[in-house]
Amino acid sequence: MTVLQKKTDNPIGHLTPDDIEEIGRRLDAIRADIVASRGATDAAYIRKVINVQRKLELSSRAVLLLSLFPPAWLVGTAGLSVAKILENMEIGHNVMHGQWDWMRDPKIHSTTWEWDHASPSDQWKHSHNELHHTYTNVVGKDNDLGYGIMRVDEDQRWYPLYLAQPLWNFINACFFEYGIAAYDLELGKNLATKKRRKDPEFKARARQVLKKIRGQMTKDYVVHPLLSGPSFLHTLAANATANVVRNLWAHSVIMCGHFPEGVQTFERRSIEGETRGEWYLRQMLGSANISGGRAMHLMTGNLSYQIEHHLFPDLPSNRYQEIAPQVQAIFEEYGLTYTTGPLPKQVGSAWAKVFRLSLPNDFAEKLTARLSGGSPRPLTS
Amino acid sequence: MTTFASDPDAPATLRGRLRDRVWRVAAAATHPLDPADYLDMFRPLRAGADLRARVVEVRPETSDAVTVVLRPGAAWRGHQPGQYVRIGLDVDGVRLWRSYSLTSAPGSELLTITAKAVPDGLVSAHLAQELCPGQLVHLDQAVGDFVLPDQAPRKVLFVTGGSGITPVMGMLRSGLDRLGDVVLVHSEASADDVIFGAELREFAREGRLRLVEQHTDSHGRLDVAELAALVPDLAERETWACGPAGLLDALEEQWADLDLPDRLHTERFRTALAEPGEGGTVRFTGAGVTLELDGVTPILDAGEQNGVLMPSGCRMGICFSCVLPLRSGSVRDLRSGDVTTAAPGDGVLIQTCISAAAGACDIDL
Repeated sequence: MTVLQKKTDNPIGHLTPDDIEEIGRRLDAIRADIVASRGATDAAYIRKVINVQRKLELSSRAVLLLSLFPPAWLVGTAGLSVAKILENMEIGHNVMHGQWDWMRDPKIHSTTWEWDHASPSDQWKHSHNELHHTYTNVVGKDNDLGYGIMRVDEDQRWYPLYLAQPLWNFINACFFEYGIAAYDLELGKNLATKKRRKDPEFKARARQVLKKIRGQMTKDYVVHPLLSGPSFLHTLAANATANVVRNLWAHSVIMCGHFPEGVQTFERRSIEGETRGEWYLRQMLGSANISGGRAMHLMTGNLSYQIEHHLFPDLPSNRYQEIAPQVQAIFEEYGLTYTTGPLPKQVGSAWAKVFRLSLPNDFAEKLTARLSGGSPRPLTS
Repeated sequence: MTTFASDPDAPATLRGRLRDRVWRVAAAATHPLDPADYLDMFRPLRAGADLRARVVEVRPETSDAVTVVLRPGAAWRGHQPGQYVRIGLDVDGVRLWRSYSLTSAPGSELLTITAKAVPDGLVSAHLAQELCPGQLVHLDQAVGDFVLPDQAPRKVLFVTGGSGITPVMGMLRSGLDRLGDVVLVHSEASADDVIFGAELREFAREGRLRLVEQHTDSHGRLDVAELAALVPDLAERETWACGPAGLLDALEEQWADLDLPDRLHTERFRTALAEPGEGGTVRFTGAGVTLELDGVTPILDAGEQNGVLMPSGCRMGICFSCVLPLRSGSVRDLRSGDVTTAAPGDGVLIQTCISAAAGACDIDL
């Protein structure tokens, strides 16, 4: 992958400006249809998911009070892992996107929701909603491209530090929620100079993060283990396991969203004066879906419809499934690639890229050429 | 969450302190949520919960009015007859708040409100057609100063039109015995349309009040100038009036002419919202800034151009960093043309970066 503007076979080269604006108008129409039909069924859906998630969490934690017994440990840990995944993916992420603000329910609202995660909602909303969703896949603007610790695009400069990026990526996956918190805090940048370290705004935000982490740690590693009495250590291990499972899962899903082969990146200059149609087009080409059944969509928070989510980040997640065929038809009509695949394939593809780009471009190309015994691999799949 | 411990009014008793401790442990166990978020799933009407009520019964009152019987949660502080209550209902998934007069006598376990269908009224249609026993609704405490004084006046006149009977019904049901001489002049399209018609006529038959019905379909509108003929001693009567704005305006004029303005108490229902238009006066209530805006400039841009410190983000309607509560008025979504309207007292959160004024707006900032 290299930024789209430098490609020899530009995948949007065949589109006229009128085509791009027409794509924008058609996508606006899809959005308007959903907005007009949002209603009681959708409201019932999110309330049901929240209700089920809370009951699952309560009962899993209740079972874990007896986590000394292996079956209880297994059942409780599995239940809590699923509950944490649901809370972060289908509920927290989507509520904080404002997908449910239209209900005017102050308890299910982007401005009031606080999630089961190390990063405080306010900071996450800034780095995710405002930066990532606006500047999706623009090299140098969208820090989600490698989170500042990895090289995931040929056009990002190579440093020897990146040799170990498969390891960074694995560590980041295990402790993903803390990685996100550090990322939202722009820790790398803000710890770099004394002036930035002393900045009162940074210090206030760092305190906010530490307070959130303290609350999260107290819950999972002190209060619930203590309530378990003789099962103290077992519950502690169960909670740690559930957190790691949730982290690994969330990390895998997020990697599938923008890193697999076929996803395009963009030059910083290319978004100057970008029209609505061009913005839509960048979202279409900068995201990838995951194919699968209902459980897959629920557990990924419908980020299995990452393309639809990036086009319409504020539409209720339960409706992405319904608009996906219409979106895919637009891709086909205009000769664009709708990148999708099953989870293992997409995760594998993303990891392959992490490994490949840990090496300098020319080195990686030679190596792949030798391994495949032919010409250098194409830049897009 | 707010901690119980820092509350200066925290109970000093052993039991109170114990409860306080348990709550703090529960809060640590449910972080970042509140224990109440979990309790609400099982006991939404418990003491300490946000004020809610469960619908007990929905029954038709006339062809276009329904009475809703509610069991309020433990947080309900009671009401005085004549007061109204704001009720939040999820209509097509959207929480809408409307005010209704309470028609039940105070002290009862159950509350009743009566609503008349408003043309194109989403909420009144929802009350009549969708609301079912068992559902939960959201509630505020009762408010309003359209109430009888502690010392009941000897002679009373009520003048009501249409659903204006509802607050007066609350007074009659609870206070008729302590009111001596009561006259009720009520205006309605026809005898069948009179809300609580049977009950009012029963009161009259028992001699507990004098009822004068004016049926506008057959006899035309109530002429305030003729009121003196219907109630010759009206100057001696303390008067409470509730009904359409035209009726109340005429009464206020008449009472001013009679030099009795202090004897007249009126209650106006805030019904018709301003029709959305193009642009309007936008008031940032906290900042104390008022701007005249057109219908095409995003409120965010206009505020910033005029020196208002506005929260902002992506400026294209996707990140929700710029949302501010619209307390009243209408805004138009510049992408879709959809109009969002807030009734006075609402706090509808609007995205200022893609919303333009569609009428006068009060925005909380």
